Amino acid sequence: MKETEKDRERQTMDAKQQHAIPFTVPANIEAAIDELITHYPQKRSASLMVLHALQEHLGYLPETALEWAALKLGLEPINLYELATFYPMLRRKPMGQFQFKVCRTLSCALAGSATLHEHLCRKLGLNPDSHEPQCTPDGRFSVEYVECLAGCHTAPVLMCNEDLYENVTPEKADEILGRCKKD
Amino acid sequence: MPDEYRLILKHIDAPGYAPDIDTYLRHDGYADLKKALALPPITLPAGAVLDGPARIRNEVRLSGLRGRGGAGFPAGTKWSFIDHKTTKPIYLICNADESEPGTFKDRQIIHKDPHQLLEGMIIACYANDVHLAYIYIRGEFIPGARLLQRALDEARAHHFLGPNILGSGYNLEIHIHRGAGAYICGEETGLIESLEGKRPYPRIKPPYYPAVLGLYGCPTIVNNVETLCAVKHVVAMGGAAYAQLGTPTDPGTRIVCVSGHVRKPGYFEIQIGQVTLGQLVSDFAGGLRDGRKLKAIIPGGSSAKILRAGEKYKLKTKRPDGREIEREVALLDLPYDAESLSAAGSMCGSAAVIVLDDSADMVSVLANISEFYAHESCGQCTPCREGSLWMSKALARLARGQGRQQDADYLLHIANNISGGRTICAFGEACAWPVQSTVAKFKDEFTG
Repeated sequence: MKETEKDRERQTMDAKQQHAIPFTVPANIEAAIDELITHYPQKRSASLMVLHALQEHLGYLPETALEWAALKLGLEPINLYELATFYPMLRRKPMGQFQFKVCRTLSCALAGSATLHEHLCRKLGLNPDSHEPQCTPDGRFSVEYVECLAGCHTAPVLMCNEDLYENVTPEKADEILGRCKKD
Repeated sequence: MPDEYRLILKHIDAPGYAPDIDTYLRHDGYADLKKALALPPITLPAGAVLDGPARIRNEVRLSGLRGRGGAGFPAGTKWSFIDHKTTKPIYLICNADESEPGTFKDRQIIHKDPHQLLEGMIIACYANDVHLAYIYIRGEFIPGARLLQRALDEARAHHFLGPNILGSGYNLEIHIHRGAGAYICGEETGLIESLEGKRPYPRIKPPYYPAVLGLYGCPTIVNNVETLCAVKHVVAMGGAAYAQLGTPTDPGTRIVCVSGHVRKPGYFEIQIGQVTLGQLVSDFAGGLRDGRKLKAIIPGGSSAKILRAGEKYKLKTKRPDGREIEREVALLDLPYDAESLSAAGSMCGSAAVIVLDDSADMVSVLANISEFYAHESCGQCTPCREGSLWMSKALARLARGQGRQQDADYLLHIANNISGGRTICAFGEACAWPVQSTVAKFKDEFTG
């Protein structure tokens, strides 16, 4: 009984702490989001585009962002959680400043994407056996396998943040890494 | 050697051809939209009147154009399911969620000729009384989405889009909607759910045929990027002339994506059925690497059933006098069209040809494909959610050299219990077909 009370107390504290840091979105981003919502006859349709906009701003989607989006769209938070937990591109925790997405699927695999993924992981001190997103402790880089990126004729391909790189040899990957490190 | 037949890719890759509207207009861009908007009503011999939009629909029906996304359903038939007497709005969605492994044609169009897509899409919207349309583009195509947004803004500034297009009284708005990395959003009802802001769980048919109960419960058309580009060419040429290209059952041109073990992988637009798989591999894609022999071809995206080198298929062809003759052809002599590939037990799918030479280990190949499906199953139907994972795990074990004698039968048993209409959408078949065909055709490699 006492344990339950304590738990409840702790939860209330957590909630208070969370609310103590007000979640705000810069006016220009909120204006862009408001404009996005006008694209749809039903507000809920804007969910993915709103989450993309928030993630671009924050780097990931903390619960406070999902709750903000729910309020904005007149939805329950669960309606946004269920998206954030389904779509691979939506992140529930911070990822690297430079995000490497190595294509894992067949044509890239035939062209050596496993070597490429392993090379990047070893260079950055990450586990080459993991297919899941992994981040360096300094938060600078993350590496993950993703499925077919529609660049099969220039395999292997990878994405670094928004850009697609084609015919990526380990040497070319080192060049891309080098450019990131200079930033 | 056969030549490419570049209709959609006509200007793509030409020196100086840029994705902006000025370049497009210099190449007769939006002339077909003008033509479409100006089509006057005609009176048929029977007395019925066809207005401009109905005439376009009729041309698309006459063209025999099949959808280029993967299922190959005739576009004109799909459009004909729309009830134009409805009081609900009619929506059109361009499916730019290009994700079938091996397919990369839509990306080329989006990046290099976005206005061609918009022109085709605006014509398709006009033909179907659509006033609000969306381009559902996969989340990873970030520069592509930006290019399309710029193209939309340019089109709007030139009055090809927006209220009262070119003074015709026709209004249309198109918006871009970005996905977020889920293959299942390419399935049209999953796509619609995703566009409604939900998890992209495909809907059950009946009753949720998009043409009847689509976006927001309204009549909806979902067409692939390449299909919408083809609509522009159908309007330009006329449906009957378009139907002269390709084969009678699969008319027109198709952009075939060749990748895997070939010297020069790439995208090639061909007249459907006028080019064989062998010509695609050898003449267009530069042939196999030195000293290698062909082992197998996946002819229509990773979901298509695999074809093994050395197999013979029976094709039925109609001679000019109407007599049907049956002939036996080898894998590389198969014409690339829906009917021939279907006779060979597979499909053109998304027109992604993945070539495998004798260096390919079929266990690793299939393990790779199955991992894709295990990752991408939306999880709604039990046979697919569980089965795709079991197959992937068994194949990973086999690939590690820890196979068991009974693994081949085990894999077939699972696959046979996913396919055959046991799931809401075709993903169930898509994850079972590669397993069924590869294990059956290369059984000796799967026995641990």
